[in-house]
Amino acid sequence: MYTQGLDQAGKDRRVAAETEELLNAFQKRVDAEEKIEAKDWMPEAYRRTLIRQISQHAHSEIIGMQPEGNWLTRAPSLKRKAILLAKVQDEAGHGLYLYSAAETLGVSRDQMVADLLSGKAKYSSIFNYPTLSWADIGAIGWLVDGAAIMNQIPLCRCSYGPYARAMVRVCKEESFHQRQGFDIMHSLCLGTAAQKAMAQDALDRWWWPSLMMFGPNDSESTHSAQSMAWKIKRFSNDELRQKFVDVTVQQADFLGLSVPDDELRFDDETGHYQFGEINWQELFDVIAGNGPCNKQRLEKRQRAHTDGAWVREAAQAYASKQAARAAA
Amino acid sequence: MSNDAAVLAYTLRLADNALILAQCMVELVTAEPELEEELANANFALDYIGQARMLYTYAGELEGKGRSEDDFAFMRDEHEFANLLLLEQPNGHFGDALVRQFLFDAFYVHLLDAITRCSDERLREIAARAVKEVRYHLRHCSQWLVRLGDGTELSHNRVQTSLDYAWRYTGEMFAGDEIDQAINADIDGPDLEAIHGLWRKDVESVVAEATLSLPDDSWMASGGKQGRHTEQLGFLLAEMQYLQRSFPGATW
Repeated sequence: MYTQGLDQAGKDRRVAAETEELLNAFQKRVDAEEKIEAKDWMPEAYRRTLIRQISQHAHSEIIGMQPEGNWLTRAPSLKRKAILLAKVQDEAGHGLYLYSAAETLGVSRDQMVADLLSGKAKYSSIFNYPTLSWADIGAIGWLVDGAAIMNQIPLCRCSYGPYARAMVRVCKEESFHQRQGFDIMHSLCLGTAAQKAMAQDALDRWWWPSLMMFGPNDSESTHSAQSMAWKIKRFSNDELRQKFVDVTVQQADFLGLSVPDDELRFDDETGHYQFGEINWQELFDVIAGNGPCNKQRLEKRQRAHTDGAWVREAAQAYASKQAARAAA
Repeated sequence: MSNDAAVLAYTLRLADNALILAQCMVELVTAEPELEEELANANFALDYIGQARMLYTYAGELEGKGRSEDDFAFMRDEHEFANLLLLEQPNGHFGDALVRQFLFDAFYVHLLDAITRCSDERLREIAARAVKEVRYHLRHCSQWLVRLGDGTELSHNRVQTSLDYAWRYTGEMFAGDEIDQAINADIDGPDLEAIHGLWRKDVESVVAEATLSLPDDSWMASGGKQGRHTEQLGFLLAEMQYLQRSFPGATW
């Protein structure tokens, strides 16, 4: 998932018309695992939570095209170039249907895009890190898409129908993305010493930011309980993070790479890996706008939007002329 | 020139056209004016990369020296690339990139169509697949050219300037050399003069619908097919080839 739930304070108030009876009936439907559809009654806070979550997810897909797009012109083989391009194209597609899913809740795509461009809307902190070598493309697929899948699979069962259905397709494609990332890492680890060093360097830089993708510790995550009750969220941040670590450490072992955590060890009693403390200050800094690439990512998006204005205006003008001609 | 040598050289020209255009389009990823255009641009670039891969693979078989698709793409120098000059021109703005693709696709679609009737089986198969893709690209580009030409005053003027500039690179498409002649004569390949007529008719029709003016056929640039390129290609290749050149022999 590409939403870290850090900007929620004060927005989940109950509005006056929401009677106890309506709220109870709604909760009963959610508890019965019925899907809530766009035209169904829903509490305002549920709607707002979903708009925030789905639009952040869409923005993350769009901004996420940039770090990977950074290596499209330099991909080391035609096959890798084609696969990476297909992946980046998938992300544009995910963005498109996530925006559509959010629109069913009564917010326009124009508004969501305006919020992204103005810096008001958030996107996943992970995309504010730079891709410095080809191995970073492998690491993003393996770790970042791997972490995303952990979060997104449960979203296929989200109580809100349009989001759940969009996520089914997103997850299928993400799973392919994760495998292509692992395949890049695998090829590098089977390659020359320089290629393996490139893979290790990428893991060193992407490991901790990937763990941060799951959001704050459960004790710090303010609105998780409500999202769980509404069945938007099915597992807690810490549960998902643990699951990711358990799976990924074994994959790193298989690749012959070292996870950059001195405190990492397998706990026989719990059957899970214990890992070191995350540098939460780094996460808060990146979310506050002080990551290595926040400024570049947003500026690039703004530039594409501004540079494309004349094209969108031309298309509008042409459509108006056509409509006038048809009416005449 | 022997029949085999001409087919090899011709196959590489086709492959280079597809790859260089794809590489320019890949530079545009995340810079499109609308999300839908991101999908279209990436989709079309993927088609061209796919065509280049099939063609390079066939070239490797024809040559018989064990060169792979990546050897052709990443280990040749500028003068060994035989793409049209039009395709290596910088992206510029949306209208520049659009006109570049439109003028090429309007030619390429007829070229591929003719290749589907040549006597070389592999080229026929590749062209049969590619022509379907390019027909769709051309429709998309034509629709955009009409929108920009018949859109606002600004878009009209901008895309007219794009068309006027790119026009000088269209002559090369139809200027046949000994390889084109051999392909036409030996394997019943495309007749460039006939294609020029078809291209002109299609381009005139879209340009008229777009309320644009067809530029005059004055001076035409040439040399791409023979490996004499504009300055842009060197930078494009330096960027595209850098990993293969930095780590010779590595597999990815």
